[in-house]
Amino acid sequence: MDFGLSQDQQMLRDAVARCLADTCPLDHVRECAELDNPLSDKVLGAVQDLGIPGMLVPEEHGGLGMTLLDAAIVAEQLAYVVAPVPFLASHVLAPIALSEAGSEEQKAQWLPKIANGEARIAVAISETVEARDGAGVSSADRKLSGTALFCLDFEGADAYIVADAGGRLHLVTADALKLETIRLTTIDRTRSVGELRFEQTEAEPLVDDNGATTARLRDAGRVILAADSLGAGQAMIEKAVDYSGQREQFGRLIGSFQAVKHMCAEMAARHEPCRSLVWYAAHAFDSIPEDASIFACHAKSHTGEVHRFVARTSTEVHGGMGFTDLMGLHYWFKRIGFDRQALGGPETVRAEVAALQGWIKAP
Amino acid sequence: MDLDYGPEYDTFRQQVRDFIEAHSHLAPPSATRAARPSPEAVQWQKLLIENGYTARTIPAEYGGYGAEPDILKSRIISEEFSRAGVPGGLTNQGISMLVPTLLELGTEEQKQRWIEPTLKGEIVWCQGYSEPGAGSDLASLKTSARVEDGNFVINGQKIWTSTAKQADMIFCLVRTEPDAPKHRGISYLIFSMDTPGIEVRPLKTMTGHAEFNETFFTDVRVPVDQIVGARGQGWLVANATLGHERGMLGDPGALENRLQVLITLMQEERIGQARAIDNPVLRDRLLALQAEVSAMKCNGMRILSNSLKGESGGMAKLIVKLQSCEIAHQISALAIDAMGEIGTLYHGSPREREGGAWQWNYMFQLGLIIGGGTAQIQKNIIAERGLEMPREPKLAKVSDAAKATADIAHHKQGSA
Repeated sequence: MDFGLSQDQQMLRDAVARCLADTCPLDHVRECAELDNPLSDKVLGAVQDLGIPGMLVPEEHGGLGMTLLDAAIVAEQLAYVVAPVPFLASHVLAPIALSEAGSEEQKAQWLPKIANGEARIAVAISETVEARDGAGVSSADRKLSGTALFCLDFEGADAYIVADAGGRLHLVTADALKLETIRLTTIDRTRSVGELRFEQTEAEPLVDDNGATTARLRDAGRVILAADSLGAGQAMIEKAVDYSGQREQFGRLIGSFQAVKHMCAEMAARHEPCRSLVWYAAHAFDSIPEDASIFACHAKSHTGEVHRFVARTSTEVHGGMGFTDLMGLHYWFKRIGFDRQALGGPETVRAEVAALQGWIKAP
Repeated sequence: MDLDYGPEYDTFRQQVRDFIEAHSHLAPPSATRAARPSPEAVQWQKLLIENGYTARTIPAEYGGYGAEPDILKSRIISEEFSRAGVPGGLTNQGISMLVPTLLELGTEEQKQRWIEPTLKGEIVWCQGYSEPGAGSDLASLKTSARVEDGNFVINGQKIWTSTAKQADMIFCLVRTEPDAPKHRGISYLIFSMDTPGIEVRPLKTMTGHAEFNETFFTDVRVPVDQIVGARGQGWLVANATLGHERGMLGDPGALENRLQVLITLMQEERIGQARAIDNPVLRDRLLALQAEVSAMKCNGMRILSNSLKGESGGMAKLIVKLQSCEIAHQISALAIDAMGEIGTLYHGSPREREGGAWQWNYMFQLGLIIGGGTAQIQKNIIAERGLEMPREPKLAKVSDAAKATADIAHHKQGSA
């Protein structure tokens, strides 16, 4: 029995952390955030050198065939440095979708390219969680119509995997005719989302026809967002503790005041169990099907709640400086804010848990 | 991640299940939490010790089962008894706190004399630590013990002595070296509650019940050899057991059980034509608590796994008391809200649910948030030991009048 990371996983974590510490300092994040397309080629290159794009691509298609827990470890480290790189959709959801529901041709066409960094696929499944602003996609005769919002890892995608109103998945290439793509700008300048508009747009269906793979993508996406929130929260707690150990007021380090100490202790006390919850949720996705969806939801909603608290409390511990752009704390604050809402906010996700347990009918 | 216990443990789990199935008819009702175990509870305890299902790692020469420590087997035992709804071994302060202390720091004679009857439930203990003036700052305790004719002569008062009424014996912190620094002037004594000069008064709490007592000592004479550890080392001796108490207060299995009872309540309790769980706001709160409890369960698995590897629990363990007590309290609060006005019924009222247990829990759990190291003390521990934040500057000694005045002046200046 071993509840925790294996030696290999600890080495993976440390290798990713070391690499990102070198390639992704806050100044670089700042530079990128000023651009229309805020994604960093430099950090993406480093991520590719580590083999991260191929983590979830099966070995027979040129990948590493690793687990969602491995991907969650990487997600945590990316968020820890607010890395402005595609990951959730392009390196996690797209390979899972293609591996689990792609035709042999689709797998052969895309998976090796994903693994070696030649191709990136964005994923648009938000409307299967909840459709906002009248969005939604219908499909007929290998054609899509309608609008998909919050397409994840939107910038620079070579293709899009899109869920229709029935939860069926379709693949649309970026050069398809009658496809309109619109960049959406969120608070979080470290990840990219966009809007896809279809009007009888050519699409290839994935072989999944009952929405089961879409449900798997929601689970995986929520676990990775929870892991992201965990990494950003960890960074914010460490920054609060460091700052309060340096800043003096009233002739004392502010960290020696109980008012400040207790804020930090509350953050740590609520944050620490999240780590175990995220690990378990990722492991359940990999190996315990009966727990996978419930724990993906719990991990997502719980980290959403805890890290909203951490984000504001850490900012408060930094006092006025925390509120400035100078300190840059807001990059983590905003990353956590995005993680909370993407693929369903806490209330939405909890309602799904109620349905999964048969407490209410499916929403 | 490997959550399998392995074939050896699967076999062991099956043995435990078989035992429970064959013997559960002998178990005392689990609801009775009387301080002094009933004769059938004593018999049950004996059976459990003989089979290694309680007092498992305590050496056989002291009345235990004498098995090698095996965290997974201990965990399996507690999981299986909990799952079957059958009471496991006795858990009282003697067994949870005194026995581990004696095993670690007692003399051979003390171990021989006290451990076995305590394990068997023949001797009931109470704990004399807190005083009216020494709560969070326990080391400032004032109950004194001077030496006279080969006896300690004890004077003073203890508070929060649960089970003092029923107890045969007390383990008690007293000040034996009044001139030593406060942490080095304390001794850990054990003596009979029948000793002349001890008076126990029930302490009624906000629940309406007297779950605790105040215990007064007037010239109580205790032979000088009834000390655990050396004179002046009582603080170290007591700290060996405080860790055990914090462990007791934060069992994720207990949270899961409470949550399950709450889920059942909300599926049965009706508001008009609907069940409480059909109310989306109440249901959302329930789900948020379920997520919290799930996180604590995973955190518990991580702590277990760390201890299997011989690692310390680290932050995962430091936060358990604070979080568990808080979540338990929120579970009770939601139960009361789900019942609404019905939730206020108490004192054996008609229409009361479950004997008023939810209200009692809601109030008593507030006591648990305060007791065993208040939430604020827990936060100091998390901040100072876990996050290595700077300690509070020490206040000036009262006798150092000049410095104190300077400090006050400085403080005024600072806040102006």
